[in-house]
Amino acid sequence: MQTKLAIRDFSLWFQHQQVLDAIGLTIPANQVTALIGPSGCGKSSLLRAMNRMNELMLDCRSQGQVLLDGQNIYQPETDVARLRCRVGMVFQKPNPFPKSVYDNVAFGLRLQGQRSRRRLDEQVESALKQVGLWSEVKSRLHQNALTLSTGQQQRLVIARAIALQPEVLLLDEPASALDPISTLKVEELIYELKAAYTVVIVTHNMQQAARISDYTAFLNQGRLVEWAETHTIFTQPASQQTEDYITGRFG
Amino acid sequence: MDTLHLSRHISSQFNEEIEQIRNHVMAMGGLVEQQLHHALQAIANSDTDKAQQVIDNDRKVNDWELTIDNECTRIIARRQPAASDLRLVMTILKTIADLERIGDETRRIAMVALESFNTEQQDLLVNLDNLGRHVWQMLHDVLDAYARMDVEAALTVYKEDKRVDREYEAITRQLMTYMIEDPRSIPKVMNVLWSARSLERIGDRCKNLSEYIIYLVKGKVVRHSDESELERNARS
Repeated sequence: MQTKLAIRDFSLWFQHQQVLDAIGLTIPANQVTALIGPSGCGKSSLLRAMNRMNELMLDCRSQGQVLLDGQNIYQPETDVARLRCRVGMVFQKPNPFPKSVYDNVAFGLRLQGQRSRRRLDEQVESALKQVGLWSEVKSRLHQNALTLSTGQQQRLVIARAIALQPEVLLLDEPASALDPISTLKVEELIYELKAAYTVVIVTHNMQQAARISDYTAFLNQGRLVEWAETHTIFTQPASQQTEDYITGRFG
Repeated sequence: MDTLHLSRHISSQFNEEIEQIRNHVMAMGGLVEQQLHHALQAIANSDTDKAQQVIDNDRKVNDWELTIDNECTRIIARRQPAASDLRLVMTILKTIADLERIGDETRRIAMVALESFNTEQQDLLVNLDNLGRHVWQMLHDVLDAYARMDVEAALTVYKEDKRVDREYEAITRQLMTYMIEDPRSIPKVMNVLWSARSLERIGDRCKNLSEYIIYLVKGKVVRHSDESELERNARS
């Protein structure tokens, strides 16, 4: 098992409030890792720590290391824009730009300086095919992306993220705003994506974590309670806290 | 006792469903235990009425199996149980399958009681008495261990099975001697032998039940492991 991301003794504060407390966690390459835990446990903050998104908040302070392929992304010389290309992110609510389907996917590529029309066409098509959206939108590539259904929009923003060929894909509740069928499509997509990418997903839906992830980390009150292979977490968790959470018991 | 905190779900409806299904398993277990007790009495007292009653009541055991089976399916479909809840449902499904088979063996024993034995042959049946009582105690203890989720009690039952096996071997040898001495007795002796075999099988199934309890409480699969390994897992 190859390690893609290694989080070492990582703590995070927003103003004076500590939201992550000495997290140590390994994210294996080409696997899906699910972060689960009650609201406010710090799972989204931990996810954002993996591409330094927390820094966009005011008064954010961190301590410890996050190693991407062995390199600490928190060292001062890190090129954060480059980092966020390598570690892409998709949010809970689909957030396509109010532009055409095509321009949404091409957006990041153009920012990266891709000017060749033919290359852009190829990369847009490839990204849309990877998310299984190509056949649904190829006839309306130049329509506004906001005319797509919510489920299609979510797959579109995943296409926008993977067009940049990231190494890691961070997904924050990617299916919570979607109907069951669209959810299954996104889950199927995540399963396919792990061949090429390392995926980390935050989800409130425990069955979803059980269905799609290879590893599961359970967080509570800013601490990592348990990390193990998903089938172990869902059949014989080591910690009573994990057990209580996943079986819906009073802690 | 609620070592697994089965009544602490946030959903009180789920708590009730689990409580109900566990009570049903206990009711089924109680019925099977009573059936075995009656079958042994029927043999000891040549009581054909009681034997017939055991045979008729086997249908009730089967009905319980279907009812509980349905309840498990419903919980899986509606609750998607995980961790100890999942282990509980899996354990119950296996437990009721074994209980149903114990019911079948008991029925077989009762069939033997329906036959007429002459006084001389009656002595043969005495051989079954000890073994029967031993196995019945095992069944009683394992159901008790299940109700209390008591791993130590389950371990005791598990170990008891070896002694039952030895008793069965002793009976087999004794019955062989009868057959050698008086070949005309063979048909009757065979029947007694089959009953002894049924009792031995019930012992094996009680052993299975004790393994399920260890799996349920400890989350460790102990089937097909040797005794020392099983003990280590159960106590860790």
